[in-house]
Parts: sequence; structure tokens; C-alpha cells
Amino acid sequence: MVLRALQRVGDWLLVMRRALARPQNGRLFRRQVADNMWRLGVGSLPLVLIVSLAIGVLLVLQIVLNFGYPWLPRFAIGYAAREVILLEFSTAIVCVILAGKVGSNIASEIGTMRITQQIDALDVMGVNSAGYVILPKVVAFVGFIPVINIISVSAAMLGAFLLCWVGGVMPADSLQVGLQHSFQSWYVWGGIIKSVVFAFIISSVSAYEGYSVRGGSVEVGNASTHAVVYSSILILFADILLTSLLK
Amino acid sequence: MIKVHNLSKQFDGEPVLDHLNATFEAGRTNLIVGRSGSGKTVLMKCLIGLLTPDSGQVLYDGRDFHALPPRQLALLRQEMGVLFQGAALFDAMSVIDNVLFPLRMFSADSEAAQQARAEECLARVDMADALHKMPGELSGGMQKRVGIARAIALRPRYLFCDEPTSGLDPVTARRIDELIHSITHEDGITTVINTHDMESVRTIGETLLSLDDNCFS
Repeated sequence: MVLRALQRVGDWLLVMRRALARPQNGRLFRRQVADNMWRLGVGSLPLVLIVSLAIGVLLVLQIVLNFGYPWLPRFAIGYAAREVILLEFSTAIVCVILAGKVGSNIASEIGTMRITQQIDALDVMGVNSAGYVILPKVVAFVGFIPVINIISVSAAMLGAFLLCWVGGVMPADSLQVGLQHSFQSWYVWGGIIKSVVFAFIISSVSAYEGYSVRGGSVEVGNASTHAVVYSSILILFADILLTSLLK
Repeated sequence: MIKVHNLSKQFDGEPVLDHLNATFEAGRTNLIVGRSGSGKTVLMKCLIGLLTPDSGQVLYDGRDFHALPPRQLALLRQEMGVLFQGAALFDAMSVIDNVLFPLRMFSADSEAAQQARAEECLARVDMADALHKMPGELSGGMQKRVGIARAIALRPRYLFCDEPTSGLDPVTARRIDELIHSITHEDGITTVINTHDMESVRTIGETLLSLDDNCFS
């Protein structure tokens, strides 16, 4: 099992070496990147918005319900919510959610190209197939993830404020004081750096799973599942490592 | 002309091709026939470079395909056109974009010239009225015709067709056969067709390689 895992890591590195080569046609590459940004990035925004808004509401609600002791300063609720949203939710958790949406999309698209011989057609023409199908997706998703990260943070905080304004569980002023308390801009940059690493994991692992499919539709389904599972696990391990390194 | 010299390929110790020798002549339709599992697809994949043979050579007018340095191999690949069994059209691209793809990747012509060439290829396979359709909107026979148009876009010297008539009704199958045959003769292409359609053998077969008994006729 360990040998097999090492073999797959080696295979992933070989595919990535080919995928990260200079594009053969710059104009086609830029068009592909723009197209993938639209499909993988902009297409993920509704899901990110809804989940982030709901998490913002639920996070503050849970803190108020479970830690709303009279001796606890009200601003601490906003402070705790900000730390969770900025440092973990909008980076790691959103990326685990996106591993499900974007990862399965990438793996199944490339896997279908493989079993319908579209990748063979590229190889036979002399096109670097790994570079042609994988690189635009990696560049597009890694390039767009900071936007997703910022929108997720904003939506979660909007959710927290909505709970105060509409639900009236605590004064919005106290929440605002808490959100601004001991704020360091490095937290935002650290979150973006983590998101970029996670986006690379999602896009490269999923693309590799699709690219290495052999067989038919069952194998494409398996590749899609593997893409989501491996990406999610690797994101969580990378999160532990990056949190230790970036503190 | 393509010469296959002592080509061998085995999988898990089981020989599929065993010291095969063959010659595919220019300007002729060269057919590879044989029952299922006889190694037709393996031979075709060795010819177009999707598989590397265990031993032997594939010589394209004297150039050993599997021993060429990368740059020369890339140039040789541009002289090859391949029609896959399922056509293998890029399903995210329209018909015209599929045919334009090899031109955009490798041709130094202007965009207008590329467009004109793609339209000319599509007209040649009688698909000029389907330029902006997506592959999913086309029938199997139409997809094969677009596949042929894409394969000839770069004016190849070698054309490979893997089971071009499989899954098609007899009338459409004969039409595809005639199309490949006429392109081969008009352009002087070395065409290699992998088939088990005996009607194709009868109507367009000029040189025949039977893999059942490893004979060349």
C-alpha cells in the first residue's frame, strides 16, 4: 500500500512536470484560462456565498447560545467569530467544500476526455496533452481563489451582522468592536496564502486523477471520488502544516 | 511509405505482435484486418506512437518513429492525421473549432487562411453547413466526417483510421470509405485503415495486412 502510494506520488510529479511546461500556444492558453476562471471560479461563487453567509450566522449564534455568559464581554463574540472565519473557515473549510464541487468537475471532465480518446488525439497531434488540459485549470483556479477567499470572508461577516440586525441576538456595535479587536492585516494575507496552496492541491490532484483514468465510465466516477477524497485529506494536512508555519 | 520492421509487443508476457513486418505504400489505402484480439489496435497504436514497441522499428520514409529526437518527432507528428474509432472530437469545441485546432496549434498561416483551410476541409467532407454545431449535436457518421476533416487539416502525408465504419449503417459506412479512398488518391497520402468490415476490404482495400496469419498481401 505504501509502495502504491509512493508510486502515485511519483506519477503525479511526472504528470505535473509535463503540465507545468511552457504553453505551446499563448493565445489559446490565455483563452482557456479565462474560460476556466469563469467556469471553476465564478461558477463557484453562488455556493461560496450561500455557505459563507450561513456559517457567519450559525457561528455567531452558536457562540452567543453556548458562551453568552454575563461575565464574558460582548465584543469577545465578534473577536472569536473573526478568528474562526478568517483563519480557518474561509480558507480550509471553503476549500474542502470546493474540493467537492471543483475537484469532481475537473476529474470527471479530464477523465471523460481520456476515455473518449480526446487526450490521445492531442498526443498524436504532438500537443503536450498534460499541459493543454491541466495547466489552464490550475492557473485559473489558483489565480481566482483569492477572490473567492475575500468574498467568503465578506459574506460570513455579513451573515454575522444580519443575525444582529434581524435576529437581534446581540448589538451590531459590539460585534463590530469584536471584529476589529487586535486585528492584524497579516491574517488576511495568511488566509490568501493558505487558499492558494489549497487551490493548487485541489486542481492538480483532481486533474491528475482524471488524466490517469483507464477504462470507462465507472473508472471516471472512481477518479472523481478519489479527487474529492484525496484533495480534502491533503488540504487538512496542509492546513496543519501551514498554520504552524504562518503563525 | 511506412515500413514496419520486426515489430514486437507483449503485455504481461503474452505476445500480441511477434516480429511483424509490413509495408504501407503511399497513395494507397492499406488495410489491416483480423479478428478481435488479433492485435490490430495494438499495431495501430504502435504506428501512431500511443504505444512503444518492445522491439522493432516503424519507419516513416526512412525515419524511425520511436528513435527520433523530440523536436523531429513533433514535426513528424504534424505530418500525421488520425481518425479515431469514436472520432474523438473535442466536445467543448464547435465543429469549425475542432478543425481549426491543429491549424491554430501548428500552422504559421494567418487567421483568415486558417479559417479558409478549415472551411475547405469541412466542405470536402460535405459538412460545410454544420460549422457552428457542437459534436454532441452530430450523428456518428457526421462526427466521423468532421474527424476526417480535422485529420487532413494540416495536409498530412500519413492518414490513420481506426475502425472508420464501426457503428455506422451500411450506406454511411460506404460513404466514409469512399471519402477516405478519394482523399488518399487525390492527395497521395499513405493511408492505413484498421478494420474488420469486409465490405471495406472489398471496395477500397488495395493492400491488405491480415494479422490472423501474420501475412501481407
